[in-house]
Amino acid sequence: MKGVHAILALKGIIKRELWRFLLQRERFVAALVRPLVWLFVFAAGFRSTLGIAIIPPYETYILYEVYITVGLIGMILLFNGMQSSLSMVYDREMGSMKTLLVTPLPRWFLLMGKLMAGTFVSILQAYVFLLIAWFYDIQAPWHGYITLFPALVLAGLMLGALGMLLSSFINQLENFAGVMNFVIFPMFFMSTALYPLWKIKESSELLFTLASYNPFSQAVEFLRFALYGQYNLYAFSYTFMAFIVFMALAVWGYNPSKGMMVKKGGSLS
Amino acid sequence: MRSSSDHSLEVQGLSYAYGLKVALRDVNFSVKKGDCTILLGPNGAGKTTLFSLITHLYSSREGDILINGINVRKQPCRALADLGVVFQQTTLDMDLSVAQNLFYHASLHGMKRKQARARIEEELDRLGMLDRQDEKVRQLNGGHRRRVEIARALLHKPKLLLLDEPTVGLDVASRKGIVDHVHSLCDHHDLSVLWATHLIDEIKPTDQLIVLHEGEIKAQGGVRRVCDGGSTESISQTFGRLTRVGSL
Repeated sequence: MKGVHAILALKGIIKRELWRFLLQRERFVAALVRPLVWLFVFAAGFRSTLGIAIIPPYETYILYEVYITVGLIGMILLFNGMQSSLSMVYDREMGSMKTLLVTPLPRWFLLMGKLMAGTFVSILQAYVFLLIAWFYDIQAPWHGYITLFPALVLAGLMLGALGMLLSSFINQLENFAGVMNFVIFPMFFMSTALYPLWKIKESSELLFTLASYNPFSQAVEFLRFALYGQYNLYAFSYTFMAFIVFMALAVWGYNPSKGMMVKKGGSLS
Repeated sequence: MRSSSDHSLEVQGLSYAYGLKVALRDVNFSVKKGDCTILLGPNGAGKTTLFSLITHLYSSREGDILINGINVRKQPCRALADLGVVFQQTTLDMDLSVAQNLFYHASLHGMKRKQARARIEEELDRLGMLDRQDEKVRQLNGGHRRRVEIARALLHKPKLLLLDEPTVGLDVASRKGIVDHVHSLCDHHDLSVLWATHLIDEIKPTDQLIVLHEGEIKAQGGVRRVCDGGSTESISQTFGRLTRVGSL
């Protein structure tokens, strides 16, 4: 694989994703409206009933809106990862995935390129959301917006890789509803996006265990610490390992001689 | 593994199955440099499966595929670099313009912007589509979309062009335009072509012919030779006899 070729191809893949994203303005608005509704309606409603004690990385009592903001950034990344998965199934049904896969570059690189393009778009949305939240008086230290960037990249890649892995299993667009019900919602609700772990533990030990092992929880915690200029090694390691596992399985799933491609066809013996 | 022959494509002992259903069984053929080879077969003959294997979308452990002497399974990146493909289904991005689609393809093949622009203009001009480059693909009719796909497949100057039933659903004039254009590419640009179709009127007397039916090659060679082998003059009758689907 030549370096210049790889860079040009990567640029092309990201540019295409941006072109498509800019053309689909309603997708951009919809992706922002979802977390904003949660922030302005759900969180505002819960503000009076749910107080958040002082837990790291926060150094004081915080409003529920402040706590949930990072979870909603996670929501943007999670839904975008799944949206990418949906668009990959669509691309495969429509055939444009073939154009990418017959490119003379290693398949893992092409899938990684697609993943990076999707993550890039997610990060743009996350920062627009944070800007709106800033005007709503939810403000992190200024340097937190910088330290958040690498965390957004890793969390976006991890959730995108999960979406990619799922897309290798899904044969038809119609099956995507199952992903919504069995992956996105459980992942989101059984996480620290909406409530801190200690609060979950108070109500259910089982839920606490599930939330602790949920990679989405760790991604959200990694983002939460990063937004306040802190580094959570455990959350980083967990998110990173989850990314490696999901990505390896996704590459395996898209391997023409192994994985899910074999379910569609194989050799005679 | 490199072949010393002057073939653009060699398929050797290739078999493939979807579960228990055999799609290809011991397929052997080759496409000589500069030849236009027609892969003729009824629907379900295994043409698209064969194309998926040649393009490395699928992989089979039984048999080998060599593009310009390079084994597709062992060195897919090197082998695919010399390949242009037009799939049966349109694979253009409908919401992007013609030029955006082509620039995307050029970048995937490592072409710099200046070089890509020159090649895009050259190929679109040759197909009479240069003035449509800023239009969204969605606004084009089926024939024009196919032309854009052919232009795209040729952007990186491949030595072998695969076309999987590229004229399906097109009107007579569009079909003729595409058939003539591809044949002229073989004649004047030394391009090798493998064209899958079930439409007999797309075959020219100078073409090489492979008849595929139920995953097996029933006949191959020059058009004249394949027809004479059946002691009949008509391709349609030969095809009907070999595939038992009646004359087309």
